[in-house]
Amino acid sequence: MPKRSLTIWIILTVIVTAGLSYALPGSSGMNEYSTFFLPGKTTHGHYQIELACSACHTPFGGVKEQSCIDCHGADLKAGKDTHPASKFDDPSNLKRLEIIDAQKCITCHAEHVDKQTHPMGVTLPLDYCIRCHEDVADDRPSHKGMTFQSCSTAGCHNYHDNLALYEKFLDDHYGEADFLEEQTVAVPVSLKNSEKQLTAEDHDCRIGQWAWQSAITDWSQSVHAQAGVNCSGCHNGLVKDKNGKSADAGAESSEWVVKPNQQQCAKCHQQELDGWQAGKHGMRTLSGLSPMQPQLARLPMHPEVGHHNLDCHSCHKPHQYDREYASMEACLKCHADDHSQNYASSGHYQLWKQELSGKLPAGSGVSCATCHMPRSEDSSLNGVAVEHNQNLNLQPNEKMIRTVCMNCHGLQFSLDALADPQQKIDCYSQPTSVEVESVQMARDWFEAKRLARERRKKSK
Amino acid sequence: MKTLFPYIVTASCLLTAVVTTFSLSGCGGSAEAAPASAGIDPKKFADAVHAVMMADRTIYAQKIVTRLKKQQAPVSPSEYWEDEEHTLPLPAQMFRMGAELVNDNPEAGFNYGLKSKWPLNSQNKPGTDMEIAGLDYIAANPGENYYGEEELAGKKYLVAVYPDRAVAEACWSCHNDHENRGDDYPEFKEGDVMGGVVVRVPLP
Repeated sequence: MPKRSLTIWIILTVIVTAGLSYALPGSSGMNEYSTFFLPGKTTHGHYQIELACSACHTPFGGVKEQSCIDCHGADLKAGKDTHPASKFDDPSNLKRLEIIDAQKCITCHAEHVDKQTHPMGVTLPLDYCIRCHEDVADDRPSHKGMTFQSCSTAGCHNYHDNLALYEKFLDDHYGEADFLEEQTVAVPVSLKNSEKQLTAEDHDCRIGQWAWQSAITDWSQSVHAQAGVNCSGCHNGLVKDKNGKSADAGAESSEWVVKPNQQQCAKCHQQELDGWQAGKHGMRTLSGLSPMQPQLARLPMHPEVGHHNLDCHSCHKPHQYDREYASMEACLKCHADDHSQNYASSGHYQLWKQELSGKLPAGSGVSCATCHMPRSEDSSLNGVAVEHNQNLNLQPNEKMIRTVCMNCHGLQFSLDALADPQQKIDCYSQPTSVEVESVQMARDWFEAKRLARERRKKSK
Repeated sequence: MKTLFPYIVTASCLLTAVVTTFSLSGCGGSAEAAPASAGIDPKKFADAVHAVMMADRTIYAQKIVTRLKKQQAPVSPSEYWEDEEHTLPLPAQMFRMGAELVNDNPEAGFNYGLKSKWPLNSQNKPGTDMEIAGLDYIAANPGENYYGEEELAGKKYLVAVYPDRAVAEACWSCHNDHENRGDDYPEFKEGDVMGGVVVRVPLP
């Protein structure tokens, strides 16, 4: 090889090696060039953490099944998964597993294969149901002639979560009015005038005379003051070990933290932090990455907030902790997709405005959070909990029916609205023409069986 | 012998109530116990765990469900107990939930389930040729169990099938009137074999 060519070859090799080494994602940090190593586009569910390879992969590129369970296991359990891996433990199911290995998440949800990824991150051909249920019409004649892709796309069945879709539930809620007589959601217990309530004079801010007066005023009118949580409750630091990590959950130090972070909030709000980190707002921090910023999102966001780091205070304004602001305005500060922008045209928004103005009782209005961060009675808290994982009920959207929609609407109305893709874009501001047949089918099924039972009794 | 070890551990820990009956060793491997190397015959193991299953299920049905009913307690058994207030799982559902926990427990070392030729829940259809043969046999030979060996995905199993009879009026009346029954469903009466408990034990 000529000397000149050898020199060029060595220089190129060094440059390429240096470039790849720089881009290589590792525990020391990642950069925008690290995506070079991605084998394909990551799904909408995982793209935020695509550079935290070890979150899902073993050192040699395998997939850790347990990593799926760690993030999604609790959700599957809460949804009473109709196809849990344990269902196939019985060796008599081995033949079925040879068709589809339903005990491995990645059988149906492969990653980095954009061109074969369907909604819900499904990467199997969409006729997967029929692989085991091709004889469904034997038991359910009404299903005869249905197309093999319609099982999970017509508002009828889900693979995992069928809490609002199983036959008896459909029949029990047959014929319900579109708008229920009582239309309210859970309301947090008011702490106003509680025994613990603190006033502005009670504050223990250690900044002294330079204390930010407006902050004191805001705090004194907040739920924190009502609950007896003084300035030190948030601003006292946490005892940390030599590695800088909290040594003992909740143990406070004498250090005054000027800008409390999410770990400070978690002293009292661990459940909320867990939910937040399980959703798209906080999942990056759970994986050890930098906080999510709107500019990193795949959904349209307002550009002026693109570089904002998401943390608790993104939605809960410091000192005020205004739940009303956090329920809607905070969301629309960033989200600029059609669904979000059409909210102002919806009946839900009109109700929300009326609740805020006092024309309707608390719990009557429908903000973004009413649907996406639903409240529920929580006996462990002796009060009302707010689900801070706003992705939990999004896909498939039938997961919203029981915890959200049916607080105000009948089942048929809810199913129809959610099955209409245009409704989703319109933020449910227009009537739908979609009619899901499953409720009527369930009623017909039970009615036919009731008549058969009567015939048998008569013939005896 | 390693393959047999899970039977011994599982049997001795699960079956403390029946160890004497079946002359098994005590839990903890005491010096007086039968030597571990002797193991336990898979058929005997299947019989033993089946005895425990049926004992638990009978106690649940008689001492809990029936007792609550007699006392007119404000709870009643319901197939849809997870979604209905003031309800309890049916005895058969309690049985299946136990089977699912055992199936999900890698330490258990065996599987079991309730299967029927006339399942109201299609999940409970027999899944292999041997299960079909076993269910046919216990229906045709009242009072007898069925034992056989089968190979699934390269693994050998002992398959034991025990008759599951209609013992309480609530069982057969509910089955006979159930929405999922077909027109050709048998009209069950007391003592009929309605299905079978399938215990599957891996063989070396």
